[in-house]
Amino acid sequence: MPLIKRGDEPVWKKREPLKQYAHWAGWMLGGMLFVWCWALISENTIWEFLYDADEQAASLIGRMIPPDWSITGSLMRPLWDTINIATVGTALGILIAFPLAFLAARNTSPHPALRAFALAVIVSSRSINALIWAMLLVTIVGPGIFAGMLAIALRSIGFVGKLLYEAIEEIHPTPVEALSATGAGRTQVLAYAVWPQIMPAFAGISVYRWDINIREATTLGLVGAGGIGLQMNAAINNLAWAQVATVFVLIFATVVASEWVSAKVRHAVL
Amino acid sequence: MSASAPASGADSKRLAQLRDGIWKPLPLIRDARWRWALNASVLLYIVLAWLSVDINWARVAQGMDRGLAFMASFLQPDFITRGGEIFTGLKESLTMTLASTVIGVLLAIPVGLGAARNISPLPVYLFCRSIIALSRTFQEIIIAILFVAMFGFGPLAGVVTLAFATIGFMAKLLAEDIEDTQREPLEAIRATGASWLQWVNYAVQPQVMPRLIGLSLYRLDINFRESAVIGIVGAGGIGATLNTSINRYDYDTSAAILLLIIVIVLMSEYLSGYVRKWTQ
Repeated sequence: MPLIKRGDEPVWKKREPLKQYAHWAGWMLGGMLFVWCWALISENTIWEFLYDADEQAASLIGRMIPPDWSITGSLMRPLWDTINIATVGTALGILIAFPLAFLAARNTSPHPALRAFALAVIVSSRSINALIWAMLLVTIVGPGIFAGMLAIALRSIGFVGKLLYEAIEEIHPTPVEALSATGAGRTQVLAYAVWPQIMPAFAGISVYRWDINIREATTLGLVGAGGIGLQMNAAINNLAWAQVATVFVLIFATVVASEWVSAKVRHAVL
Repeated sequence: MSASAPASGADSKRLAQLRDGIWKPLPLIRDARWRWALNASVLLYIVLAWLSVDINWARVAQGMDRGLAFMASFLQPDFITRGGEIFTGLKESLTMTLASTVIGVLLAIPVGLGAARNISPLPVYLFCRSIIALSRTFQEIIIAILFVAMFGFGPLAGVVTLAFATIGFMAKLLAEDIEDTQREPLEAIRATGASWLQWVNYAVQPQVMPRLIGLSLYRLDINFRESAVIGIVGAGGIGATLNTSINRYDYDTSAAILLLIIVIVLMSEYLSGYVRKWTQ
């Protein structure tokens, strides 16, 4: 810690003077960048809309309360669809991600070229939101639950694949060596040395992704990919905010329930 | 399992097989009835779920051409024709990302401090935790719909949405990190008679700063990905351009936008890995 003499008094400073200046310059540049971004956003914003934002918010909330409970019964089928989209989508995603993770992990990959391919698939799947996949798939397979399931599956591949291949790379090498020494084949090593080590992580990752997918599946209907989002979109387009509020309450309850299930399962396996 | 326990039917069968030189790993669930019940219920669920899906195979077959066209367009993405729109959209997305992350993190710090049980009183703790729960339950796109209804179309609604989502994410992880801090420095600084602000700045801040920086960068990455989506409901950014191009079946432009998103996400991931190594 530098002590700087000011007159006769030594003064304690956190950093050397030069480092302090560099620090300030960094903050200055960051601040300038932020101000520049804000100016761009402000340019593209119609500020007149904002003058009555508080009234708009108040009237919006006013129209949402009380929620219109009469439509709850008709929302049960879409809710079931939403859960199916998330669950079947997650299962499909895991099915594809599982072999991909073994191709992508440095210690189990059969060939560097295959590893690069698997990593590329994982990265592209992970960078693109499920909603964008859903928009594409709706134009390809038509609107409905099937598009939603495929969208969830495509997004899950990257997530599960990445976390799983990292788990595979972190396994203990001794069991693998021990089994190889007994003359076990490649698949036998994978099944009896690698798999038991990654199984808890695999179960945890799968349930975690399922939990996220329940949330994502609630919105897929906005682009026509089935589930409760369809009803939400219709209610929003009709400006029936009381019905929107009902959908929100149902989504909230589903998300809380799925979070509880996922926390329980992860607690049990980890 | 102790060796003296009386072998049940399944166990004696295993032993008999072992004597013949056949070894099988222990089943995950010991009780055979539970095992079968679980398998049966999974099977039943798959059947039920599959029944609720009505795939229009004629429509799928028709769409296959489009699917192939989309795949092919990744080999010849078109950055030029809609170059202007793509550039404007990406610039807007990036500025929204940065502004919302900065605002969100700044607002998340007090909420996170309040939501850490070891340094804040119970009423403040409950209040901050409920803000976190509210912000984390709903998807960004749902929040965006509400803010677009309040603030009108444009990037401002997007910035507010992403900042709101950032608060929940950052404050939760920050609070957990503060709860995991070592107690000794906290007590030591408090013993010197420091004020609350000095206490937080010199005892808590140095312990959580590296993780806070790492998380902020991670959130920057998430916010960029989300900014590509919330444009669909009118909250600005590249999402609107992407939505239009997909609806027009202009897959070459869509592919170009998606490739740009992937490249930017990859770059930011690489960069954040570098910065994290540097701060720790």
